[in-house]
Amino acid sequence: MSSKLTRDEIAARVAKDIPEGAYVNLGIGLPTLVANHLPADREVILHTENGMLGMGPAPAKGEEDPDLINAGKQPVTELPGCAFFHHADSFAMMRGGHLDICVLGAFQVSAKGDLANWHTGAPDAIPAVGGAMDLAIGAKSVFVMMELLTRDGKSKLVADCSYPLTGVGCVSRVYTDMAVFDITPEGVTVTDLFGDTSFEALLEITGLPLKLAQ
Amino acid sequence: MISKLVASTAQALADVPDGATILIGGFGAAGQPVELIDALLEQGAKDLTIVNNNAGNGTTGLAALLAAGRVRKIVCSFPRQADSQVFDGLYRAGKIELELVPQGNLAERIRAAGAGIGAFFTPTAYGTPLAQGKETREINGRQYVLEYPLHADYALIKADRGDRWGNLTYRKTARNFGPIMASAARIAVAQVREIADLGQLDPESIVTPGIFVKRVVKTGATLAKEQA
Repeated sequence: MSSKLTRDEIAARVAKDIPEGAYVNLGIGLPTLVANHLPADREVILHTENGMLGMGPAPAKGEEDPDLINAGKQPVTELPGCAFFHHADSFAMMRGGHLDICVLGAFQVSAKGDLANWHTGAPDAIPAVGGAMDLAIGAKSVFVMMELLTRDGKSKLVADCSYPLTGVGCVSRVYTDMAVFDITPEGVTVTDLFGDTSFEALLEITGLPLKLAQ
Repeated sequence: MISKLVASTAQALADVPDGATILIGGFGAAGQPVELIDALLEQGAKDLTIVNNNAGNGTTGLAALLAAGRVRKIVCSFPRQADSQVFDGLYRAGKIELELVPQGNLAERIRAAGAGIGAFFTPTAYGTPLAQGKETREINGRQYVLEYPLHADYALIKADRGDRWGNLTYRKTARNFGPIMASAARIAVAQVREIADLGQLDPESIVTPGIFVKRVVKTGATLAKEQA
């Protein structure tokens, strides 16, 4: 039985790679945990696509302001230096290549960096995309944060995505509970192994021609 | 003397015809013009095309308009939510048309309409099902999808303060789609918390200049009736 990272431990590992001064968008769900692991002495500016830079943590109970929310529609707070803007400016920050990092969840990521995270493709599902496709192509680096295996033990890092795509060749790094993978034009490199996960086990689980970083 | 101030939400929407395309501001409850949506429900126009980020929550506001069978088509980025049961039911029954648009493309299509842009190439959604059937082009080594502007007959938006020339300020993340929607509609109607005397709004702080706004109605400081 191999020991895997908890969701909070994955978030802490992602946070380690977010440098001082970075403009960062944390996607809805798992990625929001990353904010809890950014050290207080590191200035990182959080973007939320509904129109704010310099977003602060959740307010104390009773201090919620219905006009001050994040993309997940949860109440947030203002940090000194924060700014508000309209939706077209907000997405210009992504599409225009101004945002440094975005962290997203995923159903699948391919070895070529294709991302699938908006739709399972089930015929009776009501589709909803939100800002996922804009975020996928809109940051200088797109980090994916996910558990490596599905509930039935299949790798979510795959040769080709079987779910409908969110973006093509857009993912730069994948943080999972078993390993961290760099997606490069030369292929997928394993940079971190967690717990008792071995490189050989990853080769078997993913079926991909992985390389191990030196 | 110019005055864009109108006495009531009913008066502000009295001339909305059947078949109108209407942009409705708001992201979740923030910036949602709840009183104007209620007035549109009361007013009775049907066969509407509604553009909003979502497709209604709970049973009030936009969801009530959908439930009343008044909306033919909805253009939005995120219809499916925990409490979008009214939309879900209509969609599954084939009683409403959905045009799903990535949020940034939605914003840019609205902006483009207000700015007189004929169409634009965007990298968003390239290679995905939402770009199927659309023209694509490689520009400087990158792939783009052609998208068209989203014009409308009316925009219903919520601002914080407004004056009789239609100048508007907003509050925090309630700004969201308001400024771009105001510019993209033939008739932009703003509900505001407070009417300011002309000259009282700091010109450096006006976000939507009055040229984009036709009608301003005071609804006061009301919390959104529905949760997003």
